[in-house]
Amino acid sequence: MAAHLSYGRVNLNVLREAVRRELREFLDKCAGSKAIVWDEYLTGPFGLIAQYSLLKEHEVEKMFTLKGSRLPAADVKNIIFFVRPRLELMDIIAENVLSEDRRGPARDFHILFVPRRSLLCEQRLKDLGVLGSFIHREEYSLDLIPFDGDLLSMESEGAFKECYLESDQTSLYHAAKGLMTLQALYGTIPQIFGKGECARQVANMMIRMKREFTGSQNSIFPVFDNLLLLDRNVDLLSPLATQLTYEGLIDEIYGIQNSYVKLPPEKFAPKKQGDGGKDLPTEAKKLQLNSAEELYAEIRDKNFNAVGSVLSKKAKVISAAFEERHNAKTVGEIKQFVSQLPHMQAARGSLANHTSIAELIKDVTTSEDFFDKLTVEQEFMSGIDTDKVNSYIEDCIAQKHPLIKVLRLVCLQSVCNSGLKQKVLDYYKREILQTYGYEHILTLHNLEKAGLLKPQTGGRDNYPTIRKTLRLWMDDVNEQNPTDISYVYSGYAPLSVRLAQLLSRPGWRSIEEVLRILPGPHFEERQPLPTGLQKKRQPGENRVTLIFFLGGVTFAEIAALRFLSQLEDGGTEYVIATTKLINGASWLESLMEKPF
Amino acid sequence: MNRTKGDEEEYWNSSKFKAFTFDDEDDELSQLKESKRAVNSLRDFVDDDDEDDLERVSWTGEPVGRRTRPGSFQSLSDALSDTPAKSYAPELGRPKGEYRDYSNDWSPSDTVRRLRKGKVCSLERFRSLQDKIQLLEEAVSMHDGNVITAVLIFLKRTLSKEILFRELEVRQVALRHLIHFLKEIGDQKLLLDLFRFLDRTEELALSHYREHLNIQDPEKRKEFLKTCIGLPFSAEDSAHIQDHYTLLERQIIIEANDRHLELAGQTEVFRKHPRKASILNMPLVTTLFYSCFYHYTEAEGTFSSPVNLKKTFKIPDKQYVLTALAARAKLRAWHDVDALFTTKNWLGYTKKRAPIGFHRVVEILHKNSAPVQVLQEYVNLVEDVDTKLNLATKFKCHDVVIDTCRDLKDRQQLLAYRSKVDKGSAEEEKIDALLNSSQIRWKN
Repeated sequence: MAAHLSYGRVNLNVLREAVRRELREFLDKCAGSKAIVWDEYLTGPFGLIAQYSLLKEHEVEKMFTLKGSRLPAADVKNIIFFVRPRLELMDIIAENVLSEDRRGPARDFHILFVPRRSLLCEQRLKDLGVLGSFIHREEYSLDLIPFDGDLLSMESEGAFKECYLESDQTSLYHAAKGLMTLQALYGTIPQIFGKGECARQVANMMIRMKREFTGSQNSIFPVFDNLLLLDRNVDLLSPLATQLTYEGLIDEIYGIQNSYVKLPPEKFAPKKQGDGGKDLPTEAKKLQLNSAEELYAEIRDKNFNAVGSVLSKKAKVISAAFEERHNAKTVGEIKQFVSQLPHMQAARGSLANHTSIAELIKDVTTSEDFFDKLTVEQEFMSGIDTDKVNSYIEDCIAQKHPLIKVLRLVCLQSVCNSGLKQKVLDYYKREILQTYGYEHILTLHNLEKAGLLKPQTGGRDNYPTIRKTLRLWMDDVNEQNPTDISYVYSGYAPLSVRLAQLLSRPGWRSIEEVLRILPGPHFEERQPLPTGLQKKRQPGENRVTLIFFLGGVTFAEIAALRFLSQLEDGGTEYVIATTKLINGASWLESLMEKPF
Repeated sequence: MNRTKGDEEEYWNSSKFKAFTFDDEDDELSQLKESKRAVNSLRDFVDDDDEDDLERVSWTGEPVGRRTRPGSFQSLSDALSDTPAKSYAPELGRPKGEYRDYSNDWSPSDTVRRLRKGKVCSLERFRSLQDKIQLLEEAVSMHDGNVITAVLIFLKRTLSKEILFRELEVRQVALRHLIHFLKEIGDQKLLLDLFRFLDRTEELALSHYREHLNIQDPEKRKEFLKTCIGLPFSAEDSAHIQDHYTLLERQIIIEANDRHLELAGQTEVFRKHPRKASILNMPLVTTLFYSCFYHYTEAEGTFSSPVNLKKTFKIPDKQYVLTALAARAKLRAWHDVDALFTTKNWLGYTKKRAPIGFHRVVEILHKNSAPVQVLQEYVNLVEDVDTKLNLATKFKCHDVVIDTCRDLKDRQQLLAYRSKVDKGSAEEEKIDALLNSSQIRWKN
């Protein structure tokens, strides 16, 4: 069981069990021994809901990654493909199936689409002449995957691009379906708020779906009080800035995938006496990061500058605890000490890991270049020199720093200036194309379409108004003992979270003007509850708000929301859902054009 | 427990599967009665109400768990095997014979609802334009991209291009789905027709240009890029596209020539520094670097000469100097580096000038491990004294540090620097001589 999922206000293990059960049912439909062929992308998300033992109980004997040509040999009755509905994967499946048919005893093929079947894919399978080979072709609606006690993600990497570039609503439809599933498990959410075009559409879909399912009355007592739907394009700024929380920085530097991170192994070499450090491990160190680990839960959302002192305090506590052994004299005392040992050792291991990670991060954050980059970012966000060519960005291009880094800074400048002057924009474009290749014209166009990089139109810069009204830039930020969400970016308060904060108190009516400047409609809907299910809140009891980021959310934003949840007089606790956990790099990466 | 773990490990290793990590935990399913209840209610909610009469059939129209069963629907695959290849989606699992009546009763709205639930449905019977459009509108109102696409496939097959485009023009959501769909299946021709019809000329141009990414053969890619010139891009982009074509054209010529030179083994620079990769499809600045590295001294008339590239692509001075400096420094051609910054005025005096600032020159030279004597010369040319002192200290240009301290009359700093030079070295002697000199009026 994944205990950490039940730590929060809402027990997300209930959702996890629901999706596990659905998986079991599908596996049992394919009676007999089986092999699973995986779309590699899915293994990460699946790892969060099922372990191998579960599959083994249902006669899964072999697993392969989906690759061209022949399937590896496996003496099983069923071959099941677990895939996303993507055309290129259908081609590989067809290749597998066709080369399989020519040898050995016939086996049963099945295909499980995650999260949805696609008629397009099935047509491709048919065109390739293999559609008839599959006995079961089903879908597994793994829409929202529980990542932590307060965090759900669809892990749909293309969602932002589909929603904001291609205006394809499919991922919104999945989001709405995921929300319906949540409501089936946790009760109808009485109030829906939203900001943005996509938010409006998801709310519409939910309302429509609810109307269609009137047959079955939802009789579960509602756990959530509110739902807040937020379009990513209402706040394009936050993901572009470098996250400065511990978890955010781990993600920025090493990339967290499905709650795992791979780290350079050198710092994790076992320190044994007489080893002489000869056999340094060469394979990346893989660690799981979630609130199941006590220490990580404590430090993940802190500003990185506040992490060191916590780690050193912990170190003292742990050494003191180990010292206790000298005081243990009687058999009873020794017994007591020994019984605590496993816990202490786990704590020591955890401390060692995070000390190593913090060292790795520190190497980066203390570098000259990191400092320079941060300075430029903070200048932009506080409104300094956003309207001319920036010399640091120029230098980055001249020294051929990674294109993503350059794009991120240029987009940040553009967003903080409500678009760049045509001359400035043209200059950056030319430099980028000449240095990184002309084919990036396509990527630049995508960024423009998404509103990330654009010429200033009408000559009006709205950012200062937004910044001042929403207090996005705070000069006196306390990184050690924060009093405001702006600590997560050491000065910049993420716009998205500020909107959530202001919604809960004093309400959006106070910021009507800014809401009108930000893109898309804002709205409120009510889903009436039968009298029996209406909640009578106890005095002092917090509201629970589900906040859904359509198009992705960063760890720094999550940290800011957790900060609000923990405020003593905050009044609201947040559960966070998103189409994808992103950072500036992975986000822009998803907008880059690659060969078909 | 350990054994299980061992088995698992072996399992993973034997199946060559690394991406996936399982915890080894118990299920504790029995404790989750509450969740089971919830899940049951979920099923009620998700499941279809009009399904009872059909028993539990899967989407294929087959009873679950069995391959064939008399009296039940033909499976989709059976139904499909006698229809021509490209016409699959619209007639998903078209029921046959006695079941034909079954689907004839569905209205467009029922049909779309059933499609959305993954049910067997025939679209074929919707013959009038009005019916087809209603079908599309129903699908759009469901927001389910999968169903919208299914209907679009049907429309695309049964409507003429002109009518399809005309109807979609006033239905933006469906239109965007069609565009996405055409991109997905790579039907470039219809996509371009559509953009042309909609008069979305820039998108048309970009979409056409995008195709070059899929062409590997350089000669073919070049020919393709040629077809992009003159497409309705913005003025800025037009120039870039033209440059893209010209660059590849150049690269093809240079590549053929240099491969030949390298094989012949007569040219020193290729012998000493064999090429690591082909220059084809590299960015402009990389090409310039390559040209400064291998073809620096060539006359402007040759395609591979740096000066020719600079002129053809209007490369700004700054960019040119940076790139040339990096290339010549890498070859340790200090004489070329020197020439890069030497200008003669009309009286014939020479002067050092760097459009990129000498601090940058120093950084680049250091990155290419230039010797101190070379570095020193350029550190001395840095105008800002503080920057100069910093760079000199950082790169251990002792003479520059010492001279600068002397010029600043900064005795304390000089004293401090004494500890950074080797004992008994010429530098130490020089510092001592200065410190003992009575000629200097120290400021501290």
